[in-house]
Amino acid sequence: MERNITLIALFAALIAALGLVPKFDLASGVPITAQSMGFMLAGAVLGAKRGALAALLFLGLVALGLPLLAGGRGGLGVFAGPTVGFLIGFPVAAYVTGLFAQGWAEKGGFILPALAAIIGGVIVLYVFGIAGFALVTGKGIAASTSIMAVFIPGDLIKAVLAGLITQALRKARPDLAAA
Amino acid sequence: MISLTSDIRTPWHGVAAGPKLLALCLWTLALSYAGTVPAALEACVVVVMLYAVGGWAFMRQGLRLLKPLWFFAAIVGGWHVVTGEITQGLVIILRLGAAIGSANLVTLTTRLDKMLAVIERCLAVLRVPLIARRRLALAVGLVIRFTPVLAQKGTALATAWRARSPRRPGWRLMVPFALTALDDADRVADAIKARGGA
Repeated sequence: MERNITLIALFAALIAALGLVPKFDLASGVPITAQSMGFMLAGAVLGAKRGALAALLFLGLVALGLPLLAGGRGGLGVFAGPTVGFLIGFPVAAYVTGLFAQGWAEKGGFILPALAAIIGGVIVLYVFGIAGFALVTGKGIAASTSIMAVFIPGDLIKAVLAGLITQALRKARPDLAAA
Repeated sequence: MISLTSDIRTPWHGVAAGPKLLALCLWTLALSYAGTVPAALEACVVVVMLYAVGGWAFMRQGLRLLKPLWFFAAIVGGWHVVTGEITQGLVIILRLGAAIGSANLVTLTTRLDKMLAVIERCLAVLRVPLIARRRLALAVGLVIRFTPVLAQKGTALATAWRARSPRRPGWRLMVPFALTALDDADRVADAIKARGGA
């Protein structure tokens, strides 16, 4: 039980820290923030339940007023904004990513965890994100989708990177899934 | 860890967290009915007046927190200019400003421990077992304690990378960074177990 609590808490702290550390560069030199990748990793590395709980814990602290989102944002205001759908979607995205990643864990490689991150961290997350944007701004689903579409390529890259990182972490800590 | 609570003392700081959160819920619900420009504008004026009670410096602090809204205001505004529905765009932007501004007001004037006390009371009312509430409190404490620690370790990893490479840190740095969190989780779990368990 202790290890479950500390894994959930430390991964929530890792997601928060990813918003605080400097951005990193892709091979093309494009800088990206890693925080949204943290949610994919939470699911892929910790599994569905613990990953979702880590994301929920992180969001709870953001709601309570800690400036943990990338760019030092936080507080209740972010839950009234147009990106609320993404915030609500993060725990679900971590859960779905974890569900698929756990199911495919024995097959190894980076493609399956990357695919799990695409299903959970991109497809499921954008369903929530676009629905939230449409609801808050009063725009239709089609208009909201076309506005949000510009962010999808970046998140697809992050999902592939999440797959590569998950593969490396599983090699480094093979007992992780059994924890 | 730095919280978003304002150091500038306002009368709103003295209001209990529970009633403030309840009022915010009702206010946000009421805002969804502000469907015309005058109604949305009136809602914004009310929020500005609530900030004005705290003085100029407090108002400026509130305005700074609204910074991320400008980006979306530009997107939504631009979209409505293109589609010719300028009035509708204005209502959406004003309503968003009022909703985010009022939510930020509660955050700015309510300390983290008061917010946590409200959560604790809600969980008690929902009959969540005491052990589960204690575990949640422990997890919250661990996140608050370890976020700056991990950020510091991440920065140290990036510095070590820069010392050995002319390029900026790449995504590969994420592997040792995540391993640091996983190993810290193991060590902390052992320490908690040694002190009687969670």
